[in-house]
Amino acid sequence: MSIQKEIKWKRLPLSTNYAVAYAVKDLDVDVVAAYPITPQTTVVEKISEFIANGELDAEMIHVESEHSALSATVGASAAGARAFTATASQGLELMHEILHIASGLRMPVVMSVATRALSAPISIWNDYSDLMNARDASWVTLIVASAQEAYDTIVQAYKIAESPDVMLPVMVAYDGYIMSHTYEPVLVPEDPSIVLEFAPKNYNRLRLDPDRPMTFGTIANPDWYYEFKYQQVVAMKNAYRKAIEVDKEFGKVFGRSYGILETCCLDDADVVVLTYGGLYGTFLEAIRKMRENGVKVGAARLRLWRPFPAEDVVRELGGAKMLVVVDRAISYGAQISGPVAMEVMNAFYGDPDAPSIMSVVVGIGQRTVTSYTVREIVDYAFRVLERGRVPRETLYWGVRGVKYE
Amino acid sequence: MSSQAKAKKRYFKTIPQIPRIELFAPGHGLCAGCTAGTIVRHLLKAAGPNTILVEATGCVEVSTTLYPYTSWRIPWLHLAFENASAAASGVEAAIKVLKRKGVLDPNKPINIVVLGGDGGTYDIGFQSLSGMLERGHNVMYVLYDNEAYMNTGIQRSGGTPKYAWTTTTPAGKVWPGNLRNKKPIAEIVAAHRIPYVATANPAYPLDMLNKFKRGLEVEGPSFVHVLQPCPTGWRFDPRYGIKIARLATETGMWINWELDHGEFDVTVPVKRRKPVREYLKMQGRFKHLTDEQIREIQRMVDEEVERINKMVGREVIGPVEA
Ligand SMILES: Cc1ncc(C[n+]2csc(CCOP(=O)(O)OP(=O)(O)O)c2C)c(N)n1
Ligand code: SF4
Ligand SMILES: [Mg+2]
Repeated sequence: MSIQKEIKWKRLPLSTNYAVAYAVKDLDVDVVAAYPITPQTTVVEKISEFIANGELDAEMIHVESEHSALSATVGASAAGARAFTATASQGLELMHEILHIASGLRMPVVMSVATRALSAPISIWNDYSDLMNARDASWVTLIVASAQEAYDTIVQAYKIAESPDVMLPVMVAYDGYIMSHTYEPVLVPEDPSIVLEFAPKNYNRLRLDPDRPMTFGTIANPDWYYEFKYQQVVAMKNAYRKAIEVDKEFGKVFGRSYGILETCCLDDADVVVLTYGGLYGTFLEAIRKMRENGVKVGAARLRLWRPFPAEDVVRELGGAKMLVVVDRAISYGAQISGPVAMEVMNAFYGDPDAPSIMSVVVGIGQRTVTSYTVREIVDYAFRVLERGRVPRETLYWGVRGVKYE
Repeated sequence: MSSQAKAKKRYFKTIPQIPRIELFAPGHGLCAGCTAGTIVRHLLKAAGPNTILVEATGCVEVSTTLYPYTSWRIPWLHLAFENASAAASGVEAAIKVLKRKGVLDPNKPINIVVLGGDGGTYDIGFQSLSGMLERGHNVMYVLYDNEAYMNTGIQRSGGTPKYAWTTTTPAGKVWPGNLRNKKPIAEIVAAHRIPYVATANPAYPLDMLNKFKRGLEVEGPSFVHVLQPCPTGWRFDPRYGIKIARLATETGMWINWELDHGEFDVTVPVKRRKPVREYLKMQGRFKHLTDEQIREIQRMVDEEVERINKMVGREVIGPVEA
């Protein structure tokens, strides 16, 4: 397509939170309902500014809780509006009940999540415990790694959510603080109409309409409930194809696309490290340096978390001898407690050629992870490969009193 | 408010004036004799077809929307138990902005109504209700009050009256039934200083219809609190629902009032009250009450009547008949 060349860009210094707000503005979102929580708050502050200045014509509902934020967002969506909310941590937990209702009612709402650790003890800092707790809520979930990608992915998210064969809510997540509050140059189209052209609104979907009265949110007995839920399974499958398709289409129009599984330096790599979110940048830096020194190591970033792209993981990463999955959340009491590690093991289950898979947890409550940490983990992985005994339990890297030799 | 404006808001003066339109379809699964059906049917008559109703989880919700059937001939939404007001806030905001953007016809009025039970209003839904009122959404909230969590099997709520038996306040050697008085929910709502708050009773359908109509007419939030006798939970023969509702007002246990832009009035005056015993004795949930407990309830009602009469400035509710 030739449109790409015609787009005039503004290059703005934006935090990821602000990039999300700009996308919401350019998408002409109709209703925003949100409640403050660190580190999400500046998304909503920026959107409020846009509305206050007349740059965005939307209704802002200053709700009294996150539970109400998502409820109002779903209500607005049911009435036909394009609706948005944003949250983090305790807020996402408080929404939990309505997460399932939003997807069960097939409402195409979009929510950004500046991921943050969960209480107790209270921590305002980053990890992915909040997002991973929402894993089974039937939301399409994308995890982005830069402010630009956040802008682009919010745009993609509405197109995925509102497509008739998906009709599911979408979450776009990123590292709280590490990304939400750091500034990067972001390209934003000077004329946002291109964004709406790419992701046009569909007011003709089923909605609360006195001219076509319909009942939303019924009760279903055992003879029907299962069919509702199975339709969500199918919709999730469709969302997988849709996410790939929309990202490609986005690339054609805007000149940027990300795929659903980003990879680097996989050729002849013995060890591949898979992670997600902004931390990938640190991993890339470390792994590129190690490559220069002849270490056969590669990196991968999971961008689509739900639906989980199992086939892509197997196809792309199956050639390594060892796969190290680095999580920033803990499923307490599980033998392998990294949520993404579990999923990766599941993807390779029964595959006789599967690589060894090692689960590592880092960055809990934003415990610092540097390129030095990455090197340590990779070195350890190579030692394990030599010894031939892969740990059957998750490694808790960087916690006091625990050392892996 | 001028007396003219007041006179104007009596929209329905006789039974034949009640709209014939039936937007609440028959075939629902409410218990036989459930007065919630009566209330909802009249509510939809007052509101008409250009209405979106948002419902909290509870008896009415589960009994009217068993997939693939529905009793609702208007657009209807249910999300959860505690958030009907928040969901309705979203619906109202959406309608507003879509009208502004020309997606919906800006000249076509659409009523937005919330329907919630006492548990969904006094207790778990109170926060979202308060938020909706404070933000000034143009929504009418209708509370159908059967004085307990009926859908889950008659558990006590903040709307359960003193000494009533429920499954979580059984009367035993130690407990006399429910230990606390009903929370004055309509007055708490009124403290939000919204344009219109009223209490109603299905035994007085014209009064109830007029209140629904007025609630829909005012700009901003309104609240109508309706007493809803429940044969299953109150333990009475299903044929007596309306009779018990009427006794509630005749004994002064339930006073039909309204607060319209700050002006308070009792809309169903009672010249001579019947003793509360007549209301209580018809219901199994009060059958364990001692004479002393009944006297205590009578004293509480007497005091409440005195307070209301003072607020109105004349005797709208008379003394107990000899
Ligand atoms: C969060 C949550 N807690 C509890 C319930 C269980 N529940 C469903 S309906 C109900 C009782 C409703 O009581 P009320 O609001 O008085 O309505 P009624 O059934 O009496 O009409 C309860 C406790 C629920 N659905 N959701
Ligand atoms: S339990 Fe009571 S309120 Fe519920 S349907 Fe039966 S009679 Fe009506
Ligand atoms: Mg009840």
